Amino acid sequence: MLRYATLRFLSLTLSLIVASVVIFAVIEVIPGDPAAFMLGMNASPDTVAALRADLGLEGSVPARYLAWVGGMLTGDFGTSYTYRVPVADLVAERLKVSLPLAAYALALSTLIAMPVGILAAARRGRATDYGIMGATQLGIAVPNFWFAMLLVLVFAINLPWFSAGGFPGWEAGLWPGLKALTLPAIALALPQASILARVLRSALIETLEQDYIRTARAKGLSRGQALRGHALRNALIPVLTILGLQFSFLLAGAIIIENVFFLPGLGRLIFQGITQRDLVVVESVTMLLVFAVIAVTFLVDLAYAAADPRLRRRR
Amino acid sequence: MIEVTDLTLGIHGTPILRDVSFDIRPGEVFGVVGESGSGKSLTALSLMQLLPEGAQTSGRAIFDDIDLLTQSERRMCALRGAEIGMIFQEPMTALNPVQTIGDQVAETLLVHGKAGRAEATQIAAERLARVGLPPEKVPLSRYPHELSGGQRQRVAIAMAIALRPRLLIADEPTTALDVTTQAQILALLKGLVTDEGMSLMLITHDLAVVAGMADRIVVMQAGQIVESGPTARVFQALSHPYTRQLFAASDHQPQRQPHVTDDPHLQMQGAVRDYHLPRRSLFGKAPTFRAVNDVTFTLRRGESLGLVGESGSGKSTLARAVLGLEPLQAGRILLDGAPVRAGDPRMQVVFQDPYGSFNPRHRVARLVAEPFHTMGHPHDADARIAEALTDVGLTPSDADKYIHEFSGGQRQRIAIARALITRPELIVLDEAVSALDVSVRANVLDLLADLQARYGLSYLFITHDLQVVRAITDRVLVMQAGRIVEEGPTERVLSAPEHPYTRDLIAAAPAIPAEWRNHA
Amino acid sequence: MRLPVQLILGGVLAGLFLALALISLVWTPHDVVALSIADRLQAPSARFLLGTDHLGRDILSMIMVGARTSLAVALVAVGIGIVVGVPLGLLAAATRGSLLDEVVMRGNDLVFAFPSLVIAILITAVFGPSAVNAIIAIGIFNIPVFARVTRGAALSLWTLDYILAARVAGKGRARISVEHILPNILNLLIVQGTIQFSLGILAEAALSYVGLGAQPPTPSWGRMLAEAQTMIYTNPWLPVLPGLAIVLTVLGLNLMGDGLRDLLDPRLRRVRA
Repeated sequence: MLRYATLRFLSLTLSLIVASVVIFAVIEVIPGDPAAFMLGMNASPDTVAALRADLGLEGSVPARYLAWVGGMLTGDFGTSYTYRVPVADLVAERLKVSLPLAAYALALSTLIAMPVGILAAARRGRATDYGIMGATQLGIAVPNFWFAMLLVLVFAINLPWFSAGGFPGWEAGLWPGLKALTLPAIALALPQASILARVLRSALIETLEQDYIRTARAKGLSRGQALRGHALRNALIPVLTILGLQFSFLLAGAIIIENVFFLPGLGRLIFQGITQRDLVVVESVTMLLVFAVIAVTFLVDLAYAAADPRLRRRR
Repeated sequence: MIEVTDLTLGIHGTPILRDVSFDIRPGEVFGVVGESGSGKSLTALSLMQLLPEGAQTSGRAIFDDIDLLTQSERRMCALRGAEIGMIFQEPMTALNPVQTIGDQVAETLLVHGKAGRAEATQIAAERLARVGLPPEKVPLSRYPHELSGGQRQRVAIAMAIALRPRLLIADEPTTALDVTTQAQILALLKGLVTDEGMSLMLITHDLAVVAGMADRIVVMQAGQIVESGPTARVFQALSHPYTRQLFAASDHQPQRQPHVTDDPHLQMQGAVRDYHLPRRSLFGKAPTFRAVNDVTFTLRRGESLGLVGESGSGKSTLARAVLGLEPLQAGRILLDGAPVRAGDPRMQVVFQDPYGSFNPRHRVARLVAEPFHTMGHPHDADARIAEALTDVGLTPSDADKYIHEFSGGQRQRIAIARALITRPELIVLDEAVSALDVSVRANVLDLLADLQARYGLSYLFITHDLQVVRAITDRVLVMQAGRIVEEGPTERVLSAPEHPYTRDLIAAAPAIPAEWRNHA
Repeated sequence: MRLPVQLILGGVLAGLFLALALISLVWTPHDVVALSIADRLQAPSARFLLGTDHLGRDILSMIMVGARTSLAVALVAVGIGIVVGVPLGLLAAATRGSLLDEVVMRGNDLVFAFPSLVIAILITAVFGPSAVNAIIAIGIFNIPVFARVTRGAALSLWTLDYILAARVAGKGRARISVEHILPNILNLLIVQGTIQFSLGILAEAALSYVGLGAQPPTPSWGRMLAEAQTMIYTNPWLPVLPGLAIVLTVLGLNLMGDGLRDLLDPRLRRVRA
């Protein structure tokens, strides 16, 4: 187990290092002079030079890369050119919205998908199954941002249950905060729940056809007992993989959904960064997003090993 | 104890079983024999009411005084595992891979409410010890993947007998196991019948297995019982033609006229093949596993040489090395004095699996012609494909068909046609008849003997089955753990084995008693 | 052979939008670039079958050209995924356990860490937004998907006896990959291709919605939605049509994928044979 975890950790750390090189290269090397790029065509050479000094762009490329990585490791993400504040502070502020949103959506998606997927597998080939499969088929096809607009239309404009956007801040209390995140979380969760339910259903159906289910039935377990006691845990192994992959979709989705609801999260920050050519912000936030995906991959790998005893010793 | 009358089964309207009637008495071993597709497994699943969807049964199966075929699902759940236990063929997949063996055995007790958790674990340990897995050697906390096939089958048995059922159904319980493991499992089952007084319904394709185990047997063919009675009487009388055919095929000896020369054809000299195992520590050297350990032998031109061994003995690795597909760490393999290489038209191969041996997207003509690859397609390729197909008892028009249109036995003939196409001198047969039913196997063995005589072929016959060795080889090598432990003329090795391992192998192989064979 | 219902239904839906996209190459009811303030926000009529937007553009024409944008971006992105990913997967499987295999697989892990959106953000930050960005961003993410599917399926084929037989016949790994492996995983690739195609359409819509995809004046479904959103209070029906276009196209492709899987799945076919 420890060996497996160490190997995965090393491999993912390598991925992280390569990812940082890629991001650094795209943002700081390809444009030539980032300072000139950020200021646009009309900037005077003096301002460009000043900004260059400001951003620490004077050194060689490897030295700058090391300084950037070293800074991030110690929590120094650089200073935003437009906001004139440390990017770390900006990110910390925005994470208070984005992280709860992604977690909220993940929880909703899992809570919806599990019973639905199990029900469909248990009622395989019957009307319930066809109904669920049809509904999830539709759920997958709906773009989350469009679904978000429809939710706003119904639950914020026609029925004044929720606000159409904005975030009161957690200072206003837990409930107003959660309420503001509810429609965005539903919009994010439903398409993902559809995918998850379908994966769970097909994984369950596949495990239900395994020999050990027949063995369990020969021991006297009922269909339901065999499903709960044996099929479910085995089916969770492929479901975990999907759950890990879904995190990156949720993260990307959250960035887009924040735009629909005007939520002050990482997504708004990064799009403002792009429009204002604030490369420091773009660079650091993308690195953070990639780090989050890789960290979740690692957690999923660990969960995988915990769920599957065959992995603990092998590899 | 159980009386089945006129059991008839259809699945989605297709008739599977017709008027199957038999009874099993308390404390006896009841054998059900038949080839694949005879309906023997579905008979057992009917009794358990574990049939696939769309199954329709009629008739009666009276167990004590209740009819198993009409019981509610709830009532059947109470019966399964408690009154009737069942084990299956494939021990590698029959256990839940993510649950410990202790929990899986204890579950039988828990699900029937016969014990609390602590007591169930206690009883599970006892039952596992009874089947030969004492907790001090094999802890309850083991997972299935940590056990061998034989050990897993023991766990499956422990699960099935945890509540001391009165009937244990064993569906081909040893077919997937090595012969020495098979003997141990059969002995265990027999011991359980004696000690626990339960009845055993033993389903198998192997006449020799039932001959040594069953008190009474039924023979099934195409969903019907064609013969039944006490084992000795059935074997001695062989009143039904199908039983006679099955019996004759089970130790069929093809007519052979070997023309063995002194000319060394294939020579293996001190061959060593190591595999790297996964590293144990992060930076340590990867440990190696020696699959083939200093093997030396000579196959003479025109000879049929058997190589016999159990799974893991290294015989398949050796076969691939002979074919030039495995690099050697030491030693060499020579064909006509030159190192072997893949793509040599003088040497061809036939594999075990008649289903996985062909690309399903190509027609037979292309499949059979594949060995032409290195020598280039001859101008008379079509004629030679037709000739090869005719040689193996098929027709030239079969060349235009796809492989799924053929039965297992026919596919194996096509595999032989593919091996003949380059007019080779040596054919490696890697378990080439192991997956076939006995009657089909007998026909393929005849074909192989005939082809050898006609074309003066040399055979390297790799198998786990001593019956096959006896039928088709002149000389035999016995392989154990990567080494050749015994070598000699087949007759001599089988009748007077010298190495203890060979003796074990021969002793473990089930056999039909000689006195039952007189009429054959 | 009986075609699955899903395949027919999906084919009709996807075919409809493909037809709209193709027709838009030669003809649209109105010019999608020309603005006409006089005709703004019209309800559906004989002249404007689906009404007009806030700049007086014909919505039907925009949806037709938007279909073209979406389908083209998604199709090219799937193409990138297949052309790069499939050979990588075949190569990795053919050299299983080697350094090459390891590099391909770790490379896959790496790309999986970059969601399409992040790639699009990076490219846009430096080069500015365009439809090409969307293609590259979605295409790059497709590469490891196809590589992984190909490798997984190929690995299980490499253990089969017919591959061994081909090696005995003296065929090399490359030749075996092309002659024996590829044809037998084609079904799987077709199904995966359909899925990636539909995911590509969703991704393109999302990217153009946030302004990282096709730029004005090229109509795209995502941007139609972004523009409609600003008028959601006054014209709540405006976001409905472009959204439905996305849903129906994606639904059609997904149904086709499911239908194809039923039709081509070797496991199902074995039962039938």
